[in-house]
Amino acid sequence: MIRFENVNKFYGDFHALKNITQVVDPGKVVVVCGPSGSGKSTLIRTINRLENIDSGRILINGSDIHARGKDVNALRAGIGFVFQSFNLFPHLSVERNIMLAPMRIKKLAEAEAHSLAHELLAKVGLSDKAGSFPTQLSGGQQQRVAIARSLAMMPPLMLFDEPTSALDPEMVGEVLTVIQQLAGEGMTMVCVTHEMGFAREVADEIIFMAEGEVLERTDPETFFRAPCHPRAQKFVSDIRRA
Amino acid sequence: MIAQIVEIIDVYWLLILVGQFPEGPLGGLALTLCMALAGLIGAIPLALVAGVIRTCPGTIAYYPISAFVHAIRGTPVLLLIFWAYFAVPLLFGGSISGVATVVIALIVYEVAFLAEVLRAGIEALPKGQIEAARTLGLSYRQAMQDVILPQALFNVIPSIISQFINLVKNTSLGYIISVHELTYTAYQVNSQLLTGTLPVFTLLAIIYFCICFSLSQAVSWAERKVERLRIAPQQANGGLR
Repeated sequence: MIRFENVNKFYGDFHALKNITQVVDPGKVVVVCGPSGSGKSTLIRTINRLENIDSGRILINGSDIHARGKDVNALRAGIGFVFQSFNLFPHLSVERNIMLAPMRIKKLAEAEAHSLAHELLAKVGLSDKAGSFPTQLSGGQQQRVAIARSLAMMPPLMLFDEPTSALDPEMVGEVLTVIQQLAGEGMTMVCVTHEMGFAREVADEIIFMAEGEVLERTDPETFFRAPCHPRAQKFVSDIRRA
Repeated sequence: MIAQIVEIIDVYWLLILVGQFPEGPLGGLALTLCMALAGLIGAIPLALVAGVIRTCPGTIAYYPISAFVHAIRGTPVLLLIFWAYFAVPLLFGGSISGVATVVIALIVYEVAFLAEVLRAGIEALPKGQIEAARTLGLSYRQAMQDVILPQALFNVIPSIISQFINLVKNTSLGYIISVHELTYTAYQVNSQLLTGTLPVFTLLAIIYFCICFSLSQAVSWAERKVERLRIAPQQANGGLR
């Protein structure tokens, strides 16, 4: 589904992504982890062109997404993206946040969009919050609305950029449950996260990055029990201690 | 002097308020407020476009718009009025009324300032807002219309009212091309009385002050209101401290 071919990215002199060549198969959940500054977020943000790349190619279903002339709006509409800081639209109610994209892009009628929004809110367990405004919600609730908002475009692929890192500990669980439920439905997902318990349980594969390179890619069991690369070994033992 | 001011009000209140209206054209305070309001309302749509373009360095329109903004910000309004007064008839043939001249000059002036106010309002929003909108697949224009501008416009309401205060004061420059606004009316009253210069212009100052002071009170009120409802990025982050 997603194929990285020799992808390089620079911020000035800083080499943020170094020769990334990876494949994400449909229906798989891939967790990207690694120390901060290792390029995880940059990597996930190149998949929907929130970041440009300097060389190489990224193919989604065979189509080069960074190619000139590629319809970036259509590309993004087909990829759900969940941010660390939720980024709900504060001037719109919860249901309006969800209805906006389907109404503007798919030209859904108000009533259809409304019932879609309520369906999705039910799915993330927030049926009673349809009329609330984002600031009236807890962080965990806001993030669940953000997930519902991404799902409203029915994307076959979801990207999560540290979806629980901005949350108080007691709210992490409710968000992870929703993500896990999506994984169970066969959604293709790439998730940057520090929640190793979640990674172990939900991920099909784990990509370990450091300093812009993918150092290890393996199944979660092997990764946590016996990682090959010394940096990964240190990372895993550091997490254990934490 | 207070007695003189009261007497002036007693005799000339209608002239000061509306000029020769309804027998003649609207003037006085009413004209001043109308011109200021026309200047503001006329400037807002153009300022919206200019303000959005000013947030996009590198686009073709950015350079001429920026040049316009800098040129106007570095020019006295008086000069703009002279320009409109002398240049518009030269450029477009027919002459235009004094009131239209002042309103055009005020719009041109205000577009430059409001554009900067709006640019600041847009740039003050967290980057995550535009990213979230674009990530959903909205075009740049849709993201601006539905997500960015509604928030930015709301947040800059106090600055827009401040700009209106400037406009009210700047209408007094219409005096030099004989537009019958408040200052010109005071001048008329003064020349009829001959001996009341100080009380007339004191009264004029009081009127301007009352309007502008009420408006700045409105600014503070709006600031508190906006502050309460504005969504700071930290708040939106919930658990982030």
